[in-house]
Amino acid sequence: MKWYVIFEPQNLALYGEGILTTLGLLFSSLGIGAVLALIFALLLTGPWAPLRWIVGAYTYVMRGTPLLIQVYLIYYGLGQLEWIQARWDAVWPWTHFKEPFFCALLAFSLNTAGYTAEMLAGAIRETSPGEIEAAHAYGMSRFQTMLRVVLPSAMRRTLPAYSNEVVMMLHATSLASAVPNMLDVTSAASRIYATYYLPFEAYLAAAAIYLAASFCLIGFFRFSEGRLLAYLSRRRD
Amino acid sequence: MNGYYFSILHGAVLTVGVSLLALLVSIVLGLLGAAAKLSGNKLLVALATAYTTIIRGIPDLVVMLLVFYGGTIGLNHLIELTGSKQHIDINPFFAGVLTIGFIYGAYMTESFRGAILSIPKGQMEAAWAFGMGRVQTFMRITAPQMVRYALPSFTNNWLVLIKATALVSLIGLQEMTYLAKQASSATRSPFAFFLFTAGLFLVYTTVSLYALRKLNERFSLGAKRGTL
Repeated sequence: MKWYVIFEPQNLALYGEGILTTLGLLFSSLGIGAVLALIFALLLTGPWAPLRWIVGAYTYVMRGTPLLIQVYLIYYGLGQLEWIQARWDAVWPWTHFKEPFFCALLAFSLNTAGYTAEMLAGAIRETSPGEIEAAHAYGMSRFQTMLRVVLPSAMRRTLPAYSNEVVMMLHATSLASAVPNMLDVTSAASRIYATYYLPFEAYLAAAAIYLAASFCLIGFFRFSEGRLLAYLSRRRD
Repeated sequence: MNGYYFSILHGAVLTVGVSLLALLVSIVLGLLGAAAKLSGNKLLVALATAYTTIIRGIPDLVVMLLVFYGGTIGLNHLIELTGSKQHIDINPFFAGVLTIGFIYGAYMTESFRGAILSIPKGQMEAAWAFGMGRVQTFMRITAPQMVRYALPSFTNNWLVLIKATALVSLIGLQEMTYLAKQASSATRSPFAFFLFTAGLFLVYTTVSLYALRKLNERFSLGAKRGTL
């Protein structure tokens, strides 16, 4: 084992850059994904049947196909379409489809939106009828009930499942290494492996980074669940 | 052009093979892990907990690269130590099956452990009172009832496992994702090939969902369902 190679400054810098890319991808895809998921969840539980079907089909496809293929479809596939080819040299936003970071980000956001939308929709459907009735009794409209009563509680109840999704997304960002010219933690490890032919050291270091990040995320969610879901936990007598 | 679609279909057979074999490995590891976690032996519990915590904290892809590249070098070092000059390459098929099985064994451990804990303790005590041994109790009492409790999370794990087989293409196994990528770089029409592969995966997951739902109904026949 030649662990000192990992700790040479230029290799540490490589991992550092990888960590920045991985975290950047993770948080921006989670952010975009969350906004999309909220819209999709409202449509899934909403009154318009055609929209329900469309969004349902979307989440089914997103959850039924591998993320790697979704990344390939966006990064390699869209470039084949003449409609996009005609635009990606000059017309915004299509110019971004040439950037690997944007393509990975788009794939990850659309993917996590599919999973999160289903979780949130499930929590919205499970809101106890009494709460909604009480809101109606106070004279709240459908919109007000959703905004003031259903969503705040449904979003909190989604937290435990969502924390799993966040850790899954952290792991999913390793697929960015399948896109050329991306430098996330996994590609940093692959480069070091290729340069020094040291697979154990390179990938174990990456694994340790992911493990530490997973634990931080899990710890953060435990903490917020304790605070935000305190009213659902068992009372201490 | 059609030839490429046929070769992707051919790769689909390999995908089914990899995922089913990996499932087998993961079920065996999951049962062993659940047994270790419930054994009460401190060493076994610590080992099983380390296994499930570490594996579930690292991306599948990193574990796979570690096993494939690291395993090749490790094996060849071992062979050198014995004085032989032979060079061994790890077969990506087996590397894929073993890694995916090893990873999802950790997830299976958790779902099997939960399922075993859901069976009322009295059932096993009654079996012991009848003089059944540990193995007999497991085969006759625990296993048949466990299926019902384990099926929902088993279904989830299986669907994730199927999709994880796409990663094996990155270590060079020529399954459908790999072939689709090759076809798209050869013909410069990637969109169609990746869409076709995505469709095949969708068919695979849909069929699995249907079959597991039927299985769930079969194993829940005797179970009462609470009505509101």
